Amino acid sequence: MPKTILQLDWLTVFIIITLIGFGWGNIYSTTYISPEEPIFDLTKIYGKQLLFIGLGFIIAILVLALESKFFERFSSLIYAASILSLLGLFVFGKTIAGQTAWYSFGSFGLQPAEFAKTAVALALAKYISEMDNDLTKFSSQVKAFFIIGFPLLLIMLQPDAGSAFIYLAFAIPLYREGLPHFYITFGLLFGIIFVLTLKFGFLIFAIFALLIILLLYFFNRNKKPKLWLYSLALVISLGFSYSVNFILNSVLLPHQKDRFEVLLGETKDIKGSAFNLYQSEVAIGSGGWTGKGWLKGSQTQGRFVPEQHTDYIFSTVGEEWGFLGASLVVILFSLLILRLFHLAERQKSQFSRVYGYCVLSILFIHFFVNIAMVIGLFPTVGIPLPFFSYGGSGLWGFLILVLIFLKLDAKRNSLN
Amino acid sequence: MRKLLPIILVSFTAFVFLLRLFYLQVLDESFDEVSTNISVRKVYDYPQRGYIYDRNGELMVGNQPAYDVMAVPLEVKQFDTLELSSLLKITPERLKIQLEKAWRYSPRLASVITPQLTKKEYAFLQERMHKYQGFYIQKRSLRDYNVNHSANVLGYIAEVGQSEISKNSYYKSGDLKGKQGVEQQYEEILRGERGVKHFLRDIHNKNIKPFKEGKFDTLSQKGSDLSLTIDSKLQAYGEKLMQGKRGGIVAIEPESGEILSLVTAPSYDPDLLVGRKRSKNYTRLWYDSISRPLYNRPLQAIYAPGSPFKVLTGLVALQENVVDLDERFSCRGGYSYGRGVKMKCHHHPSPVQMVTGIAHSCNSYFAQVYRRTIEKYETPQEGMDNWNQHMSSFGLGDYLGYDLPVGRAGLLPDAEYYNKAYRFPTYKWYASATLSNAIGQGEVITTPIQLANVTATIANKGWYYTPHILKAIDGTSIKDEAYTTKKFTTIDEEHFEPIIEGMHDVFNYGTAKFLRVPGIEVCGKTGTAENYTKIDGKRVQLTDHSIFVAFAPKDNPKIAIAVFVENGYWGARYAGRISSLMIEKYLKGEIERKDLESWVMTNDLEDEYAKPLSGEPFKINQ
Repeated sequence: MPKTILQLDWLTVFIIITLIGFGWGNIYSTTYISPEEPIFDLTKIYGKQLLFIGLGFIIAILVLALESKFFERFSSLIYAASILSLLGLFVFGKTIAGQTAWYSFGSFGLQPAEFAKTAVALALAKYISEMDNDLTKFSSQVKAFFIIGFPLLLIMLQPDAGSAFIYLAFAIPLYREGLPHFYITFGLLFGIIFVLTLKFGFLIFAIFALLIILLLYFFNRNKKPKLWLYSLALVISLGFSYSVNFILNSVLLPHQKDRFEVLLGETKDIKGSAFNLYQSEVAIGSGGWTGKGWLKGSQTQGRFVPEQHTDYIFSTVGEEWGFLGASLVVILFSLLILRLFHLAERQKSQFSRVYGYCVLSILFIHFFVNIAMVIGLFPTVGIPLPFFSYGGSGLWGFLILVLIFLKLDAKRNSLN
Repeated sequence: MRKLLPIILVSFTAFVFLLRLFYLQVLDESFDEVSTNISVRKVYDYPQRGYIYDRNGELMVGNQPAYDVMAVPLEVKQFDTLELSSLLKITPERLKIQLEKAWRYSPRLASVITPQLTKKEYAFLQERMHKYQGFYIQKRSLRDYNVNHSANVLGYIAEVGQSEISKNSYYKSGDLKGKQGVEQQYEEILRGERGVKHFLRDIHNKNIKPFKEGKFDTLSQKGSDLSLTIDSKLQAYGEKLMQGKRGGIVAIEPESGEILSLVTAPSYDPDLLVGRKRSKNYTRLWYDSISRPLYNRPLQAIYAPGSPFKVLTGLVALQENVVDLDERFSCRGGYSYGRGVKMKCHHHPSPVQMVTGIAHSCNSYFAQVYRRTIEKYETPQEGMDNWNQHMSSFGLGDYLGYDLPVGRAGLLPDAEYYNKAYRFPTYKWYASATLSNAIGQGEVITTPIQLANVTATIANKGWYYTPHILKAIDGTSIKDEAYTTKKFTTIDEEHFEPIIEGMHDVFNYGTAKFLRVPGIEVCGKTGTAENYTKIDGKRVQLTDHSIFVAFAPKDNPKIAIAVFVENGYWGARYAGRISSLMIEKYLKGEIERKDLESWVMTNDLEDEYAKPLSGEPFKINQ
């Protein structure tokens, strides 16, 4: 153990502690009533978070104390336990706001989806690092997708679309380990077609798609392009674009549909779904260069932004700490992810490297989706900002996720 | 190349985020305006509550403005407590308590400090309120009653309680909500849609201009007006007739199921529960546990139906084909049906058959046809369940389904009920054990509205619409299927003819012959129900309840009525007189029989009601 502490990557630890501390300060600002009340009060949100942070410290030490071989050896077991905990929700879970995502213990709840990410990351790393698995082969791809897809399905059934969305993160380690370009390219293209169709409608999209493909064909004609390939691409993209309305109306739930339309500025329902985003933008936008000061944000103190201590916590930073504070958080997260990238690439065992990639990808998706949502660049997806948002399950889940990797990294010379 | 993906993603994202933040926070000035002016205040605009009219378009309930003094605790700054409390006409202690309460409700949301000031008080206060930061005046609308009757039908409105606010997020502290009667039943139609205006405000807490040119504002929408099925004049008359008595009147238009009047006695003036005097008056009414004015007797009181039930016994017997119309039964003071057990009957001509049996209300006749109805089947259980089925089809033994928030199911026994009571199969029971049902004195229990509905059903010869109180919303007739679908009984139409004949004869030569309404053919049935109370744990019999049901005119009936007068003695004495006057009033518009009217209005039963409370021995049925 003492040796592990010396070998830990202290830059990562320092960034995380800074994020947690800054996060708590902002949670306090969104939930305190009077400065005279004691800070450690378990009936208050900020008091609970303090308890979660304390327990998180203990959990961190426990994780670091485990043998580094443990995680690779027991990855299947951890995965199985995690699946069980997700299945158990359908029997013992508590339904809050239509989602059966929690185990409830008195006034505290535990959200197994927050821990499942770690389990999937371990299982995926284990699977890819086995000798005979090669992601360029279709059969290996299918198995890898299954490892990710099974818990994903269970989470979709809760239904918790936000947590499920996070699983897109696993595309990044898969790509790093040899998944063909094809998947990523098509995934991105479909995303772009979806948004463009929503914004401009099928007809305009179809005209543009036709033009672009004709131009591509025209410019590439020296290379003797295959006509049928271009035709197929056109047909598929038009077909997908045409089905966007169907997806919007039949696959997405009404509130999810609203969120797309809000973002694209196509809804007039500004009193309902758009009001939240607007309040969040007002809070951030009114922050200016240096913000209004801690506990002094009028939007925050007026409690105008809904869910401000959880998913919208970044709007408090924007209002009370201004552009400087908000940029600092963005830079800290970017640094953290890049640092983890550096650590992952220096691993000697493939298991550690894949796991490290999973960790940085999960953090990245959270960082990207959450802040993009709060500043109005992405539809509302209810996921927390790591280490920052209020919530025990989330905090512990992220701590465990990252600290396992730090432990693996500390022992990288003794692992192969 | 593949290794570069995370670096590209993170750098690109961070770059876009920083750009966007720079745009939002530094470049875009529109948010700074909101920022320097602190934030947005919501001002609610409370719509007028819908008006309530009677069936003839006569306004029963309108509105009057009232003003609440509200406070947002966090915004309240140091102020002169003495001065403000004297302005609000409350004690400084009271003001302090109200502010503490408001703080507990929410430091950031507005709470009521003093409710419902009049227009005059408001005008005086308005000029002085700006001195008190965190306080403001909220306009609301209160009820303005055009009538002094129908309190039990209309209900009232009152400030929502804390528990209602937490249950239903629409309501906020100080909101008014319908309680009881039509106000409760049709709250969501009457209340309309609250509007909200968003204002930017300055440091001095003044609204300076609409937020974002009012794009988040909504207009309030006035509540819809209701037309009730109640005939306001008839209702007023009914309440007048019932003065000094306890009981209920229900009148229904048979062809539509519309409730023409729904009288409870004693009642109270609905104006007592308006505004600031409401809570004091309500407490007084609530604690009157002797005459219980808040008890809605026509819907909630349960009585043995007494003799009117005999017509149902007759109908079921005809349907089951256990008696011929002409079959004669002799009655010598009663009917002996077991060793030394006899159901007594009063003095009347004998023998009787179906029609004369109803006219004379002969106990023996109906006891015997009832017994045949049950004994037609192999076991008394089957007979009883079959009987229960017939009776249920008249809407007895269950909530009728009318559109008012209170009611009772009453009781209609079946085989299971008696199996339990007699501990079958250890002990057996037979039709004779249930014989009192035949004359409405057994286990059967009904509410006045159920009995009125039975009467309407007979008037219609076998069907009814579920009685209802709402006729139209904003002038458009209701289309609710619950009230526009005919419900048929299990009795064939032909069997109603002789029964109606008998009920007509009640007025020709029977128990109500002195109650004939000149020029109108009325059909009716008297009833007298024994009843008991407990005094010091002992069961004591009280003077009989007076019961009467009737409908008129005999052909093409326009009104069916049931009247219960507690401890009014025999049926024709109080209930019969009141029914007959109500029918005359409704069909003719005025009363010719002034002596009958003045008898009812000058006689009361206060002495009768005082008897069981006097603590002394007393005589009944005098």
